[in-house]
Amino acid sequence: MFKIIWNRFKRNRLSVAGLAVIASLALAALAAPLVSPHSPTKIDVYNVLAPPDASHPFGTDELGRDVFSRMVWGSRASLKVGFIAVGIAIAIGTFIGAVAGFYGAKVDAVLMRFVDIMLAFPTFFLILAVIAVVEPSISTIMIVIGLTGWMDVARLVRAEFLTLKERDFVSAARALGSTDSRLILRHIIPNALSPVFVAATFGIAGAILTESGLSFLGLGVQPPDPSWGNMLTSGKDNITVAWWLSLFPGVAILVTVLSYNLVGEGLRDALDPRLWRGDE
Amino acid sequence: MPAYIAKRLLLMLPLIFGITLITFTVIHLAPGGPVEVETEMSLKASAQARENLKKLYGLDKPLHVQYLEWLKRFVMLDFGKSFVDNKKVVDKIFERIPITLTINMLSLFLIIAIAVPVGVVSATKQYSLFDKLTTVFVFLGFSTPTFWLALVLMIIFGVSLGLLPISGIQSIDVSGMNYFERLIDWIKHLILPVGLSAFGGIAGLSRYSRSSMLEVIRQDYVRTARAKGLKESDVIITHALRNALMPVVTILGLSVPGLIGGSVIFETIFAIPGMGQLFYASTMSRDYPTIMGILVIGAVLTLVGNLIADISYALVDPRIRVSGDK
Repeated sequence: MFKIIWNRFKRNRLSVAGLAVIASLALAALAAPLVSPHSPTKIDVYNVLAPPDASHPFGTDELGRDVFSRMVWGSRASLKVGFIAVGIAIAIGTFIGAVAGFYGAKVDAVLMRFVDIMLAFPTFFLILAVIAVVEPSISTIMIVIGLTGWMDVARLVRAEFLTLKERDFVSAARALGSTDSRLILRHIIPNALSPVFVAATFGIAGAILTESGLSFLGLGVQPPDPSWGNMLTSGKDNITVAWWLSLFPGVAILVTVLSYNLVGEGLRDALDPRLWRGDE
Repeated sequence: MPAYIAKRLLLMLPLIFGITLITFTVIHLAPGGPVEVETEMSLKASAQARENLKKLYGLDKPLHVQYLEWLKRFVMLDFGKSFVDNKKVVDKIFERIPITLTINMLSLFLIIAIAVPVGVVSATKQYSLFDKLTTVFVFLGFSTPTFWLALVLMIIFGVSLGLLPISGIQSIDVSGMNYFERLIDWIKHLILPVGLSAFGGIAGLSRYSRSSMLEVIRQDYVRTARAKGLKESDVIITHALRNALMPVVTILGLSVPGLIGGSVIFETIFAIPGMGQLFYASTMSRDYPTIMGILVIGAVLTLVGNLIADISYALVDPRIRVSGDK
């Protein structure tokens, strides 16, 4: 099964390139202390806003800190937020979608109204409101992005459940005396996972973008901890004198998000049986 | 048709109720409640002052009573007074809404004007160079952090070339200008914010119109139109496009919350005195009455956007119009 998916995925060269970028970023994030040439937080007052050179390939910021090292450490923030926020969103979305789709009728109506209500809020507004109430920090935004991002997953899972629960293998399991929770967890969810994986990949891309936007506004990862978003804040403050502060972290966000989107696209095609040809 | 609109409006009521409930819950998540936050800034605030504040906002009452009282005032558009300057929240919001709505309308217009033709052309010429280039653009559009793009464009057009202003919606010396010069000045200030807030939408909608169009041009009635010898342009525009546009209308409605939410970032970057900037400032100063007001109004604006989309959908699709009247 995985072999088939991988063979299909591999045909899309761009998606494979995206996967390679993601893998090397993850490695760099894990090995941040080894990869970064300088300390990400060490202040050097004699070397403030230095343009890129051999010792500081991406220059230094307004406190003389090495931009490249800060970016390497900042990739940890993106990775963490992306995966944990999406993990939360998938868990909530799958639960609500599964319950709504499985039980239908009133349960479904109430839960889907709840989804509609959540979707009516401009997500960014809702996130900001919560951050106004709770201290902004990396854990806050991971949780908040997760709590405000599960609605699409819930809709996807519900739709899968609506068709899957009528299928013969489910009726058979029910006739054999399976409990509801066993039916949901063992029989239906494993068959409903493909669209969830695809949504999760796109979701990570979205979560990284949101995190960088929030950190840029000073509401996400708090200085002196580096994140690509809050590095761009100093880029904005020094916009007339230090272009490198704006350029490199932005490109890093763009390339990372692009990679997740490309992998998501490749995964979607690879998992869609309608696109499978007879040759496999 | 009136019956359809009435039904849709009625369906909005429970949603608005839910929106107020969630807003109320979010604000009361605050550890220690809103009063703690306001008084922690000034250590001198005495226990007596805190009690007074609590009374003022009704915070000493049980939660459900607080909610009902807030809801009662909400129905009359009374969101209370701002913690920051004691001005009425509803006034603060309504003086900010026009500029935010103007920018969002302009970018919606820009999105439709660019994305629909682009989507249609890349669908009719699938796998052509143009189609491939737009696909690249779409992926870049989905992946670019727009606040970063804003910085880059500010550097290029504002700092290096000096062509466009990078903050506010009018120049300082605007009072000395005549009407025409003011208009030019205003347009120059809006080019970057409007263009940027449309950027992501253009990518999304052109992708969407492309796939919608691809689906339609494979339909039998399009083949029939070709078979009876219609000009290709007639086939595409009068037969295919009209049907392909219908799902696009829905997507436009769904993009409203994204646009409104995005206004926080653009208005903060470009120092535009709109609702998004007010929301950001309120978040920073923890001005709960204003935050609650904007949250509710933002959500209601989204519902209105969806309603308009649904109504236009019904206008172009007779099937919905008829079944809605039953």
